[in-house]
Amino acid sequence: MSTVIDRSQADFHRLAGFLPGHQTPWIADLRARALARFAEQGYPTPREEAWKYTDLAPLAGKHFQPLATRDEVVARVAIDDYVLDPQWPRLVFIDGYHVPALSMLPAGVSLAPLAEVLAQSPDTIKPLFTASDEARGFAALNTAFMSDGLCLRLTPNVVLEQPIHFIHIAHGGARPAASYLRHLVLAGRGSRATLIEHYVGEGADAKAGALTSTMTQCVLEEGAALEHYQLNEQGLSVYHFSSVHVHQSRGSRYVSHNVQAGARIARSDLHAVLAEPGAQCVMNGLYFGRGRQIVDNCTFIDHQAPHCSSRQIYRGVLDGESRGVFNGHVMVRQDAQHTDAQQMNSNLLLSDDAEADARPQLTINADDVKCSHGATVGQLNEDALFYLRARGVAAERARAMLVQAFAADIVSHMSAERVRMHLDALIAARLGR
Amino acid sequence: MSDKQTSGDMLLKIRNLSAETGGVRILKGINLELRAGEVHVIMGPNGSGKSTLSQVLAGRDSYQVSADEFSFAGHDLRGMSPEERAREGIFLAFQYPVEIPGVSTVNLLKESLNAIRKHRGEQPMDAMDFLTMVKKKIKLVDMSEEFLYRSVNEAFSGGEKKRSEILQMAVLEPCLAILDETDSGLDVDALRLLADGVNRLRGPGRSFLVITHYQRLLEYIEPDHVHILAGGRIAKSGGRELALEIEREGFAAYERGADAKKAGSSRAG
Ligand SMILES: Nc1ncnc2c1ncn2[C@@H]1O[C@H](COP(=O)(O)OP(=O)(O)O)[C@@H](O)[C@H]1O
Ligand SMILES: [Mg+2]
Repeated sequence: MSTVIDRSQADFHRLAGFLPGHQTPWIADLRARALARFAEQGYPTPREEAWKYTDLAPLAGKHFQPLATRDEVVARVAIDDYVLDPQWPRLVFIDGYHVPALSMLPAGVSLAPLAEVLAQSPDTIKPLFTASDEARGFAALNTAFMSDGLCLRLTPNVVLEQPIHFIHIAHGGARPAASYLRHLVLAGRGSRATLIEHYVGEGADAKAGALTSTMTQCVLEEGAALEHYQLNEQGLSVYHFSSVHVHQSRGSRYVSHNVQAGARIARSDLHAVLAEPGAQCVMNGLYFGRGRQIVDNCTFIDHQAPHCSSRQIYRGVLDGESRGVFNGHVMVRQDAQHTDAQQMNSNLLLSDDAEADARPQLTINADDVKCSHGATVGQLNEDALFYLRARGVAAERARAMLVQAFAADIVSHMSAERVRMHLDALIAARLGR
Repeated sequence: MSDKQTSGDMLLKIRNLSAETGGVRILKGINLELRAGEVHVIMGPNGSGKSTLSQVLAGRDSYQVSADEFSFAGHDLRGMSPEERAREGIFLAFQYPVEIPGVSTVNLLKESLNAIRKHRGEQPMDAMDFLTMVKKKIKLVDMSEEFLYRSVNEAFSGGEKKRSEILQMAVLEPCLAILDETDSGLDVDALRLLADGVNRLRGPGRSFLVITHYQRLLEYIEPDHVHILAGGRIAKSGGRELALEIEREGFAAYERGADAKKAGSSRAG
């Protein structure tokens, strides 16, 4: 039982002197405290409400080791398949470390690998770590071991015309590797940007797999707008844990497009706080399961201020013996009058053995609000399938078209055309069996 | 194939075709022969199996089918999937076209036409040529181009759905078009468009199986043969005059004659 904890402690002692920021006492302390909190409980278990659908027992026997330094990273990896648009500025990471030779940093934007900031100017980001000082489970493990990530600071009113494409490859080299990534996005007043987080790779080999843990913290100041994609296409032996925290000020707009299409277990947490009036939050989610995959989405939208709105649509496509979870909670606090909150989860089961667990929750503590939520589970429409086939369209292609149509409710809201094309191709490839 | 001038080649050959679903036998030994270039009309009371026949021809797999012969242009239909049949030239205009949210009509037509062309060993059609052709044909069915970009049949009126089926037939140019009550619910103008669509395609290489309740369509489309389908069997075959007889006397004679199914089969609306 305690082996995960033992191993984490041993890894920590081995690595603590190498991790970025180790010379800075507050960072070293932050990491040590986080590890101690993790060691109290280890991985979360289904006894915890937020983890009731996903049992991490298969993980207990595996030892994914974080790499000690970027020198251990294998730098020769072909990235052509992952580059969605060669014009976009990109940061490429392998097994938790930035690989400058593969990256293309934009000019005139304060964008740097987090490791660099932790080593050179840690005090500029210190206030952002106060929340990390309470977290448990994966978040604590991530704080203890975070090796690198992306630190984007947008000055007031700056507008980034092109998306920033972050690519993380679970490569693994000689052994099963764990990657702990941490991203910070500070969007100043009236700034606008698009960030695409993209997770790929199989790990060392299909048997060994890999673990990718990633945490993103977004702070949107007044009137800022962030379009935030997360695309998980990691291999079927990878364990993927992602969590995003968003803090929104007055009149800001946060749009999340969360696509979970990979990993043996993919867990995505999304937590948005609408702290001031007029904030808008959009959460689009699209998840695909096949084989024995588990995709677990856990979201929390916290309406703390009046006149805010949130729109959440999550759609799942589940094949094989896969399982998709939507565990979405919208909280409307007492002060959040005139909240407009809508939440919807729909699932398409492509096989008899696939399972969808939908748990939309709405807690309303204000009296003048407009809220709705719901969930559906269905199958491909046989009549539509026959209609397409009767027009000469092959059965697999017809299925792909119907799944693309189902996904279009999410995909069509993405402003990056290259991402939309990429996802249509992904669906076509998936269903062309 | 053989001489294009004659409309004599056997296209569809059905001998003793039965079909059942959920333990209910719906078609009970159909015999039908249709030659290239011919127009056959099938009339029959509600519930007599007309749509079942059309779906079985198009390859719907929810029916168990048995037959002594069931072939199209020399191919045994029994081993063929719906898409293979469509690519060989069978087209079914559905009585109740299904709505497909998220798939646009133009996208369906492109997928469909290119699948058929590929089957014939042809290149996919150039995107501009395709659009020009489709826009020309949508004028023929008197629909606005805007329909091309709407989801297939979604929120279409009954008449619009029927026109969309005629459009698809015009674009795909099938060898055998099965029109399952495509004329029902159409006003006189739309009926003319349908007839024009059929007559424009009509020729030595193309055949039609027209399922209808009304002889009024036959004022515009001259049939070669008329069959009465009742109780899952072809009860009578003849020429144009048979349609006129039905118009005068209804199906009563055939409903009595056919092995009485459940009560309640009445004339169409
Ligand atoms: N899927 C089905 N399951 C059970 N009965 C069916 C099914 N499809 C059709 N039927 C029955 O078969 C008979 C013929 O139906 P149909 O072919 O639609 O007739 P028509 O088109 O001539 O009105 C009807 O009694 C109908 O209720
Ligand atoms: Mg019918």
